[in-house]
Amino acid sequence: MVGLLVAGVVAGKKQGTLPRLEPPESADVTGYLSRMAFFEAARGVFDCDPPARRPPARDSDVLLEITPITANADVHEVIDRVQSKAGSILTSKLGYPATAVVQFSVILSEVCQNIIEHAEAPGWVAAQSYNWARRLGRNVVVISVMDVGRGFRGSLGDEHSARYGDRWGDTTALEAAFLHGLTRFPDSGRGQGIQQIRRQVRRWDGAITIRSGTARIGQVPEWDDQPPLSDGLEPFPGAQISIVLPAKAGE
Amino acid sequence: MTEGMDRIAIDVGQVLQRTVTSLYSNLVTRPTGRAVRMAIETRLQDAGERSISLIDLSEVVILDFSCADEVVARLLERSHESPTHEAFFVFRGVHEPHRDQIQTVLERRGLAAVAETRKDVFELLGQRSPAELRAWGLLEQRGLITTDEVDSLEDADDRAGLVRLVERRLAFRSPHTDRIHALSQLAKHLL
Repeated sequence: MVGLLVAGVVAGKKQGTLPRLEPPESADVTGYLSRMAFFEAARGVFDCDPPARRPPARDSDVLLEITPITANADVHEVIDRVQSKAGSILTSKLGYPATAVVQFSVILSEVCQNIIEHAEAPGWVAAQSYNWARRLGRNVVVISVMDVGRGFRGSLGDEHSARYGDRWGDTTALEAAFLHGLTRFPDSGRGQGIQQIRRQVRRWDGAITIRSGTARIGQVPEWDDQPPLSDGLEPFPGAQISIVLPAKAGE
Repeated sequence: MTEGMDRIAIDVGQVLQRTVTSLYSNLVTRPTGRAVRMAIETRLQDAGERSISLIDLSEVVILDFSCADEVVARLLERSHESPTHEAFFVFRGVHEPHRDQIQTVLERRGLAAVAETRKDVFELLGQRSPAELRAWGLLEQRGLITTDEVDSLEDADDRAGLVRLVERRLAFRSPHTDRIHALSQLAKHLL
């Protein structure tokens, strides 16, 4: 859904008008989109008539509805909003300790700040729990963050491209940020966000991938068969960060 | 034992609400951390030539790495740069949920700090050598160490460790008595 919003922004820029989006007829799908607040986020991105009736409220697996991130105040709002629900979902669905909500919130804060500090363009964040019964045999929580900004190569280029010379590109930019913690800021205290997210995700045996431009890099646990690095992909504007946190084994 | 030190207690939770906005209850995002750090620095400007500050994080629920960097590491780093003011810090309320963030940002900048990690339990967090850690443990146990006691330490590394603690403002050497004080003892009245 967040990817659909990015696609909508790109299509809108190309054609000069809002692209038309027809909501699916399936009540299940529109219900799901509504629960994730997709139609609210789609305003200004798509020409779309949201379904007339919202589905009745029920206990859902939505941890964080699709939320636009354009300023630091949005990050505060996300962190405040996610507290109560994150606590119950992380403990009941993933079997994490109650204190995990703090580290989860820290991860969310850092990925959202990544949009503001590096993309210089709007983005969205969402989080939901799923039952990956067939793929993993466990519940997972997926955090998805995307922006339509300048991507990692664009963000780091001024500061670091010269050092890489001809090798500079989407892949080297992702490696620089993801593996070596480089940022465009000269301050040695900066660039910790992604490194610390990786560390926490590893502790939870989770997966994190970042796609930007034509490359994708990831920290892949044993249960995931994605390659840690892919290049030559279809160009992706901005950046996409995906984090998958699995339930503790045996939960 | 005031040693001409101004004693300052700062509740970061209150600073956050007064400085940024009462709507925010968590210490997240770098601009928020920077605003809180600057508010603390403003408070310290009123202090005399030497101060010990208790920076209380007890009321902070979420502390992200950006804010830990600003409110703990940058605060320490910048205070060391002042040519006119000698500032010492003890951090309170560094419970398990905050510990990792604070340890990480201190290490990243090559700093260390004295922190109360549980009630009446102090630890030296951040980057520190084994000798510094041993010396700090000894000082923490005794509260203060006299010059004679420093000289009587058999291990030269331990003596050097104490000197390094004083240089790094992780312990205080009185200019009047030459005795070395544990920061946790100096901040006791603020706890």
